[in-house]
Amino acid sequence: MAPPAITTAGYSLAELCIAACAEEWRGRGEILATGIGILPRLAVGLARLSFNPELLMTDGECLLLGEPVPLGPRRGPLVVEGWMPYARVFDLLWHGRRHALVTPVQMDRFGQMNISAIGDYARPKVAILGARGYPGNSISHANSMFVPNHSPRVFVAGEVDMVCSAGFNPARWPDGRVPEWLSIGRVITDLAVLDFGGPGHGARLCSLHPGVSVAEVTAATGFPLLVDGDPPQTPAPTAAQLTLIRERLDPAGLRATIFKGDPPGDHRAAPPAGA
Amino acid sequence: MNKLMSADAVVAGLRDGMTLGIGGWATRRKPMALVRAILRSPLRDLTVVSYGGPDVGLLAAAGRLRRLVFGFVSLDVLPIDPHYRNARQAGAFATMELDEGMLQLGLRAASMRVPFLPTRVGLGTDILRHNPGIRLVRSPYDDGEMLVAMPALRLDAALLHVTEADALGNTVTLSPDPFFDELMARAAERVYVSCDRLMPAGTVCTPERARFQCFERSLVSGVVEAPFGAHPTASTPGYGIDVEHLREYAAATTPELWAAYRARYVDPESPAAYIAAAGGTERLAALPPPVF
Repeated sequence: MAPPAITTAGYSLAELCIAACAEEWRGRGEILATGIGILPRLAVGLARLSFNPELLMTDGECLLLGEPVPLGPRRGPLVVEGWMPYARVFDLLWHGRRHALVTPVQMDRFGQMNISAIGDYARPKVAILGARGYPGNSISHANSMFVPNHSPRVFVAGEVDMVCSAGFNPARWPDGRVPEWLSIGRVITDLAVLDFGGPGHGARLCSLHPGVSVAEVTAATGFPLLVDGDPPQTPAPTAAQLTLIRERLDPAGLRATIFKGDPPGDHRAAPPAGA
Repeated sequence: MNKLMSADAVVAGLRDGMTLGIGGWATRRKPMALVRAILRSPLRDLTVVSYGGPDVGLLAAAGRLRRLVFGFVSLDVLPIDPHYRNARQAGAFATMELDEGMLQLGLRAASMRVPFLPTRVGLGTDILRHNPGIRLVRSPYDDGEMLVAMPALRLDAALLHVTEADALGNTVTLSPDPFFDELMARAAERVYVSCDRLMPAGTVCTPERARFQCFERSLVSGVVEAPFGAHPTASTPGYGIDVEHLREYAAATTPELWAAYRARYVDPESPAAYIAAAGGTERLAALPPPVF
């Protein structure tokens, strides 16, 4: 696959989101960074190379890597730091020294997430993966989210159909007490960055991607978003970060497959729909 | 003490309605030769405990599942196993859906012979709503914290795939991640292992390799020689995931295509006939290790 055709002056939406996702590991120290999916994995690599050299990262199997491995076919030997089989992943995550970046199928105003089943649980309209490690991850360490298709189908009006990942709904907690280690990071979407830092862990709009309006984001979100004045623009990737992404982390250009048509970072520069 | 047996003999010793643990993880080191032997038998109404891959999909497609105890079913390289998806959407089997770690704790509780292990995992989620049999327990200490009492998951039998074994039941698992095969072995009444290579008695372990043994022979009831017995899942370092085969398997969702898949890959009883159907030893040995 040819690398995406963009100039070094500009950046693609994928590159903007990689940089925004990488920020989730800034200043987090010597923890395991887990990114599930193409973009989250690139974000881990970018965080490690840009501003958090302490991060632990794996090859997606069971090795800890001393250097991020480029996506796509292996181009050389792995630089291996250690062993991280699944049994150790659970031991580590229950201990809390991990921060994951995941892509839920549904998310609600409590920060609860679903990757198991859509519709009636006994006979789901769509059976997906299963709860996987979401319940344990959500109650043990911080999780951030990447959502490539910001819409009311993802950010649902009520609760998600199957709560896989615990959130801030006090009705769901024994004794009504939200547990100490529940930590929900930011949600990076194709339109904006959200978090759950409002009063009572309410959902907030943190920043807009270039060329996106507040109205577009609120219309695409099934629950109310707290908007404080004029939200800032999501910071662009630096020139150094773009070089790392393009030359070091993703020379095969797999990031061009994340969003349909690989649009530019500024929505106003996107070709009209259907073009 | 000779534990050697055929895959079909293993299955002949199992009973309808049993709870079976299936080792490996998704598309890695699944005892597929043993699972295919189940499909050749009349065995049914199974409760299956698995970190699910095509083992679950095959049993679902053949209508052998009564209940699935799982955290996920995944083909890794393909987003969803369509056989699992179709059966799950049709409500064809009951579910005990768990967090992956809860599944581990349930196996660990069974292996320790305690009724449950406490954990926070599951709190605040619908795992508890859909599993009303899972109860909470209050810490007896001063913290008084409410915890999930993850019940023991006892298995009637565990089916596991290892790299090498001997007729005594000594094994080594040389792939880089042992997953939770040891816990499945200890949680089970009986353990059957399939192996890529059958070795002369007493030659499986050396001092250097001993740490690659996941469980001792006293747990093993039967050993099945099954070269490429994990195919189409990986058993590295011997062979990787057969992505092409998984695509063919995943596409076999019409009655005609499923019958053809079954006739070609499930019906052959001998390992040699299966290997020939799957493209031959050379092709399988050249399957590259998974890269993610």
